[in-house]
Amino acid sequence: MRVSRARWLARELGPPLAGIIGTIVVWAIVATATSTTAIPSPAAVWDAFVAGVRNGTIPEAAAKTLIRLAFSFAVAVAIGVALGLGLALNEFARRSIRPLVVALQITPFVAWVPLAVIWFGATERAVVFVAIVGSFPAMTLATIQAIRQVPPLYERAGRTLGATGWRLYRKVIFPAALPGVMGGLQQAWGFAWKALMAGEIVVAAARATGLGYLLGRAGEPVPTLLAALAVILVIGVAVDYLLFGQLDRRIRRRRGLIVEV
Amino acid sequence: MSETVASIARDASSAAPKLALRNLTVTRRSSGGGTITAAADVSFDVQPGEFVCLLGPSGCGKTSILNVLAGLEPPSSGQALLDGRPITAPGPDRAVLFQEPALFPWLSVRGNIELALELEGIGPEARRERTSRWLTNVHLDRWADAQPHELSAGMRQRAALARALAADPEVLLGDEPFGALDAQARELLQDEVQRVWVGSKGGKTFLFVTHNVREAVVLADRVFVMSAAPGRLLEEFRIHTERPRDLDDVLVTRVVSEIHGLLMQEVDASVAREMAR
Repeated sequence: MRVSRARWLARELGPPLAGIIGTIVVWAIVATATSTTAIPSPAAVWDAFVAGVRNGTIPEAAAKTLIRLAFSFAVAVAIGVALGLGLALNEFARRSIRPLVVALQITPFVAWVPLAVIWFGATERAVVFVAIVGSFPAMTLATIQAIRQVPPLYERAGRTLGATGWRLYRKVIFPAALPGVMGGLQQAWGFAWKALMAGEIVVAAARATGLGYLLGRAGEPVPTLLAALAVILVIGVAVDYLLFGQLDRRIRRRRGLIVEV
Repeated sequence: MSETVASIARDASSAAPKLALRNLTVTRRSSGGGTITAAADVSFDVQPGEFVCLLGPSGCGKTSILNVLAGLEPPSSGQALLDGRPITAPGPDRAVLFQEPALFPWLSVRGNIELALELEGIGPEARRERTSRWLTNVHLDRWADAQPHELSAGMRQRAALARALAADPEVLLGDEPFGALDAQARELLQDEVQRVWVGSKGGKTFLFVTHNVREAVVLADRVFVMSAAPGRLLEEFRIHTERPRDLDDVLVTRVVSEIHGLLMQEVDASVAREMAR
């Protein structure tokens, strides 16, 4: 039992750990070879991280960022799923509104920042607005796609079993679309992070401090900047891997979409 | 029990067919932009409690006919009737067995059957009880909590049969339901289906589409043979042999070879038609 658990852990954590260690090794080699202050060594960044944790700037910034992120992401998912459903159900709405959502999707996050500041002032609201508007289009498009990719056979089977209207959607179409919606969650999570960082870097003037603010402070020593960036990456990847990745795998395994080795 | 007896009495007193086609034509748009006539001017009646097989070469429109009867596809012209009323949509009175089992992969075998009952508005307790009974009927008790992908193809189709019949429909439509199965699983399913149909004592009407002549003859009271596309009704065979039927029964073998002969002629004729073009 212990052995199999250890083996499971190795299989589970081996590949991501190898990736992380590989990155650090390459980074250390590059830093040593170039030896400029522009590329500090992993050790220097670690020291800056420890210092940032000690003086409280990193935990405080991380906490603020995560609260904003959780809120923006939740709102973006709610809007995206609801809008995506609506657009998947109604062809007229889809054909008229989907292009607008695509337009929002390809708008660079930074483009929203000046507008957000004009509309909301250099406030918390402006930052959250940028994160929401930057991530809900991905969720919307993924939801539309997920529903439209449900195999027609499931819909036909559901209808012959007596499911009509809303019940057909609730009992057959939505569950069938769930793996696609999970993919949308992962995408929206990435976009929410990026958009929030864009917002935090620019709106930092208003002390909307967060990890993006740390990242955007000119004149900070490079190790401090990289430490902030590393914190962003680690949190982003950890949530993606531990939450969405595992959830996605569970859903796929249950449906036989993953072949067990 | 008394319900079954009553329904037999009712069926006997009424001459109205359970299912009927009146000059049904189904056309489809082809990917090239033209139209393909899948079924042309097909008319037939299926009496309550009958087991009918629709037999024909692939592309003869038998699946289109079934889809129209299921309410999944509208007729291009003509009518499809259930108890004398035009069919416009799927309904709980008609269950469908597709060629693929079409079980929902996010539900367990039990969950799939329970969903069918839930959609019929049957309460949770009755749902559980009826599901267990059906699982026993199709010998899947041990697999109740398995996910569909963990089952063999034959077991999946048995689960689909249980799901289709759980809500007690009056009509079962089968679209080559055993077409994707190996010979053994196919025979097992044929037995299973015959058992259910015989057990309903005239309460259930089955209409199966197949291109397997022996299967049609073993299962059906009447076999409708269709021509190659565009599908028309060629001939009707009445099978009088006692049930359960044996594949090696003399009568069965004779009808099978008769139908084979007819189909061969039809194939030759359709090839000749193609060549003449």
